[in-house]
Amino acid sequence: MAMTLHVDIVSAETSIYSGSAEYVIVPAEMGEVGIYPRHAPMLTRIKPGSVRIKKPFEAEEDLIYVSSGILEVQPHVVTILSDTAIRGADLDEARAMEAKRHAEEAIRNRTSAMEYAEAEAELAMAVAQLRAIEKLRRHRA
Amino acid sequence: MAAGKEIRTKIKSVENTRKITKAMEMVAASKMRKAQERMRAARPYAEKIAQVVAHMSQAHPEYRHPFVVPRESHRRVGLIVVTTDKGLCGGLNTNALRLTVAKMKEWDAQGIEVDVTVVGNKGLGFMQRLNANLVSHATGLGDTPHMERLIGPVQVMLDAYKEGRIDALYLIYSRFINTMKQEPRLQQLLPLTAEAAVERHAVHWDYLYEPEAKGVVDALMVRYIEAEIYEAVAENMACEQSARMVAMKSASDNAKNVIGELKLVYNKTRQAAITKELSEIVAGAAAV
Repeated sequence: MAMTLHVDIVSAETSIYSGSAEYVIVPAEMGEVGIYPRHAPMLTRIKPGSVRIKKPFEAEEDLIYVSSGILEVQPHVVTILSDTAIRGADLDEARAMEAKRHAEEAIRNRTSAMEYAEAEAELAMAVAQLRAIEKLRRHRA
Repeated sequence: MAAGKEIRTKIKSVENTRKITKAMEMVAASKMRKAQERMRAARPYAEKIAQVVAHMSQAHPEYRHPFVVPRESHRRVGLIVVTTDKGLCGGLNTNALRLTVAKMKEWDAQGIEVDVTVVGNKGLGFMQRLNANLVSHATGLGDTPHMERLIGPVQVMLDAYKEGRIDALYLIYSRFINTMKQEPRLQQLLPLTAEAAVERHAVHWDYLYEPEAKGVVDALMVRYIEAEIYEAVAENMACEQSARMVAMKSASDNAKNVIGELKLVYNKTRQAAITKELSEIVAGAAAV
């Protein structure tokens, strides 16, 4: 039997593929790479594209779409860590800025939330007083 | 019969409450199963990426990422607190926040300042009341955790670490032990500790990095931290649903007991009233 390697494709939200293969072809950042058993250990980023897996005893290659992520190669194990979100340095930066803005807003809203609570408490008190006055009136009448 | 009517309305209101808690219990039970599946689905990725990071720390890369370099100073730390968005889930959030406050007090005593990132509405409200130094937050996550929503808030912390504004990053979340038991847990994310890299062997090898070590290691490290946080959030959601189910179940059981007791009291007063009326009639007849 031909030598095989174990292929795992996982994303943070789910496990996509796990099984043995004769070879895999992965869209790495620098271009497509074909990996056979006993490949040297390698670590690289991958581009969105399709991973082709040649399973033993099957003529056809399996096609699996992956978004960007990371490829790790050990001599007999290939791991593809696929991203679930669309990534990019600028995009991540934008997300961070957005998160910061939200936090600042939350801090600014803190006073307003407090004021709201105070107003609510005052309103409740006023309503209670009104009710008491009405009861008194009815009692007298 | 004024007392009888009062008790009847009371029984009615408790019954209504019980209907709600029963419905919430069933909703939580069905959501719990899905949340647990999601938690399990997140595990393979976290395990794999931890393996890769462990391999990398065994290897001797020419580039050492700032995340793995231990720092001497410890003046300001980052803390990520994972809580739920909604309440009515027993002591889940209370326990996590109690641990948070204990830890923050400890740091405060040592003169260490704390930056906080919060996941979940409950924690956000708490931190605002506490006047903590909030740098980012993620709320309204719904029932499915999405990586997309976490990247931004986490990035704020990672940037702060890279720029040296914080010297360590911790994570507090509820660990799922089983349906009945959840435990708040504190985990150190940054700098990466030796425990994170399991099975250390002194092997002298390194990966081939394509195109260069820095970019690849940076991308990997950021994903590793995010995966840890994502897993914590997924786990917290499973905790939330099971804690809610248990809390609602005990509320329903309690309501059932209260209804039983109220019914007993109601029947007793009814019986007493009938007996009284009867004896009055009999006494009246005897007088005539």
